[in-house]
Amino acid sequence: MSTATIDVDGLGRLIDVLAADGYQVIGPTVRDGAIVLAELDSVDQLPSGWGVEVGPGEYRLRKRADTAMFAHSAGPQSWKQFLHPAHRKLWSTDAEGNGFVPAVEEVPKYAFLGVRGCDLAAIGVLGGVLAGGRHPDGSYVRRRPLFVVGVNCTEPGGVCFCASMGTGPAVGPGYDLVLTELVDDDGHRFVVDVGSAQGRRIFDRVPSREAPADEVGLAQEAVASAAGRMGREMPATDLAEVVRDSRESPLWDDIAARCLNCANCTLVCPTCFCTTTEDVTDLTGEHAERWQRWSSCFELDFSYLHGGEVRTSGASRYRQWLSHKLGTWYDQFGGSGCVGCGRCIAWCPVGIDLTAEAARLSAAAKGSVDVDR
Amino acid sequence: MSTPTLGVWKFTSCDGCQLTLLDCEDELLALAGQVRIAQFLEASSAVVGGPYDVSLVEGSISTPDEAERIQRIRAESRVLVAIGACATAGGIQALRNFADVDEFRSVVYAAPQYIDTLATSTAISEHVDVDFELRGCPIDRHQLLEVLTAYLAGRKPDLPDTSVCTECKRRGLTCVMVAHGTPCLGPVTHAGCGALCPAYGRGCFGCFGPMTNPNVPALTAQLRVLGMAEDEVDRVFRTFTVSSFERER
Amino acid sequence: MWTAEPMLPVRYRVTDRRAETADSATLWLEPVDEPLPAIEPGQFTMLYAYGVGEVPISVSGIEDDTLVHTIRAVGAVSRALHAARPGTVIGARGPFGTTWRVADAIGRDLVVVAGGIGLAPLRPVVVAALDLRPSFAGVTVVAGARAPEEFLFRDELDDWAKRDDLELRLTIDKPAPGWDGPVGFVTEPLAEVAVDPLRTVAFLCGPEPMMRFSANLLLRKGVPACRILVSLERNMKCGVGLCGHCQLGPALLCRDGPVVDYAYAEPLLSVKEL
Repeated sequence: MSTATIDVDGLGRLIDVLAADGYQVIGPTVRDGAIVLAELDSVDQLPSGWGVEVGPGEYRLRKRADTAMFAHSAGPQSWKQFLHPAHRKLWSTDAEGNGFVPAVEEVPKYAFLGVRGCDLAAIGVLGGVLAGGRHPDGSYVRRRPLFVVGVNCTEPGGVCFCASMGTGPAVGPGYDLVLTELVDDDGHRFVVDVGSAQGRRIFDRVPSREAPADEVGLAQEAVASAAGRMGREMPATDLAEVVRDSRESPLWDDIAARCLNCANCTLVCPTCFCTTTEDVTDLTGEHAERWQRWSSCFELDFSYLHGGEVRTSGASRYRQWLSHKLGTWYDQFGGSGCVGCGRCIAWCPVGIDLTAEAARLSAAAKGSVDVDR
Repeated sequence: MSTPTLGVWKFTSCDGCQLTLLDCEDELLALAGQVRIAQFLEASSAVVGGPYDVSLVEGSISTPDEAERIQRIRAESRVLVAIGACATAGGIQALRNFADVDEFRSVVYAAPQYIDTLATSTAISEHVDVDFELRGCPIDRHQLLEVLTAYLAGRKPDLPDTSVCTECKRRGLTCVMVAHGTPCLGPVTHAGCGALCPAYGRGCFGCFGPMTNPNVPALTAQLRVLGMAEDEVDRVFRTFTVSSFERER
Repeated sequence: MWTAEPMLPVRYRVTDRRAETADSATLWLEPVDEPLPAIEPGQFTMLYAYGVGEVPISVSGIEDDTLVHTIRAVGAVSRALHAARPGTVIGARGPFGTTWRVADAIGRDLVVVAGGIGLAPLRPVVVAALDLRPSFAGVTVVAGARAPEEFLFRDELDDWAKRDDLELRLTIDKPAPGWDGPVGFVTEPLAEVAVDPLRTVAFLCGPEPMMRFSANLLLRKGVPACRILVSLERNMKCGVGLCGHCQLGPALLCRDGPVVDYAYAEPLLSVKEL
């Protein structure tokens, strides 16, 4: 493994090189009191000196004592919004029966800068659903050629649990470049590993110096120590089995008493992929279109079947979400739907904690708690 | 198919919702080509008799006369669409439902003996069958156009009975409640506005009324956590759709 | 062929329409462009009515490149499809989902149990069995409807009734003038069918309670759950495993269903609101 070090100017140069190569660079930036993902033209747009304080149902930007740019955990958005847009046209047709014309999508060549381990895993999970089956989603496939600049996490947040999901804090395979940010008396710099030929081709155009062994050691220590500073932990058990055994658990009613059915958890989840369709006509009736938008198992009409909805109770809708994410995803797509990013916990307006609910279900399934409370 | 006729009717309301139809500037000509506007006093004094294919009904029922008139309109309308918070929830004037209307009458009017009013202000659906409801104060013009184009195409209109949060998140907005601590009724409020208020950094004030099966008690508990006093919580739910939210609390 | 745009329909033209009941009709659809791949009994297509929307509809007849679908008008889209007359162009995607696996039943007794519109997805099973009649031991069809005029394929049912190599039992929900057959749920005539549990494969389609009661009856008669096939239904928006709507526990019914065996379905159907 060839390891090099760049400084903040070098990171700026990386953004320039990617842009010069035709990439649209997307990365974290501060907007509306949060760190969101947006197109970047310059290193100055990165959230230098900003951190976040995150808990269940709570997220606050905090000024840091240093200039770190990646010392924040997952924000309100995820890379899903670029790979699986919230709203998009599928096709159009006309009343004359001239056929169905697929929507033309201008898909940029994306470079994602600052992808965490959890989020790179999420991109993989989302891809497994949208492109891994018999009928790949063309829009996703067109968006998928990515340049990924990962960032090893050295600053996990209060709702993070990637370590217990096996997706972080170190970025797993699939990156082109991965950075580990160091800010100390020796300055602000990034230890860089190259993960692909395309990563090498780009990085060769960025001025760097060879990383000395002690710097590499510091970077490794920072990532290793992050694993022990996760705010949350998913119970180490066979969650697919827990979910199977919990279909009739009284705990669903207990959660439903707190759950708003607002769907925020599913919409911020970087792997939740559900969509619904919209049929649109103009007033003349001569043109018709079909659109697709993000949908959620918390929506009442999600389960509508002539005459009524299958899942009307809040309990059944929460059960669907948790059971799918942690359990039946294995049956459907061969793995877990959860990557441990913690977004569903932070952005739940009432702070329902997926890890805590999973732990209670697990304990109840094993018969070790009194579920009547 | 002969050109469908459209009637626009007003009950106790401010006219803002019917004006949304006139606000559809880009589409108004196309609309006029597809429907015959048979009754729309805000736009034209020409009136054509019923029956009407589609009636848009604005306003709440708050007088004995209105309670009779809505029956006649229902009988003359194939599809009846209640538009706006007044027509779908009784409006802000439904505050009287939780107070003494005689007291209001004597305080507000110089000659209260001329005021013939009901003790309550109620939604159209409490009096007659309603085919579709467009929520909001005022309604959203896209939803109005959707209900009309869907009617013309024979489609079920796309009026999602979900939270405002679903629209907020699809827009990529940052949650004002989680990130700023701003109280927001979005998680229990019927979608349709496109998350208008959160887009300006404000909490949703629930003018579309509650979605189906909202968990208002759970949100109320969170509003208290955010520091709202009991009377503030009461006030936040007692606005344009007071009667709908009071049922869910 | 769907690799690029699995959500993009192709055009089919209605070439024939037969009213089946007051609210259901069979449509014959010819491809305007390239036909869809061959569809098999049990599978479905997503049919699009112009400007109205798209719904999943099971195939009710297998005829080369012609799609045959029997549609009951229950919502806006199915009403529009039901109203389609010859010449109308509609959109179709598919075929999607699992099949009744009729070939696996060769040599066995077939017991087909249908409720209402549920006879439509099962018709190709019966037709295939009659085409290959000597290959099957026995063929029994039990079908129920709300009223005599609510049976689909009535001419065909009359033909089946006349055959001595097919046992047909029809029942209606409540007594009706001119009906001298059994009255009651399909489970009543099904209870009277002599079933050899070792040789029987059952095919069930209809309302979920009807399938559950019928399956339980067959289980009591000793038919193993893995040889009781049911066709399940949930909301479907895409048909290709991308939209998430049709989940029933571990199943994506557009992909893992609609036809599943009862050993798989039973624990899922027994949970309320799953």
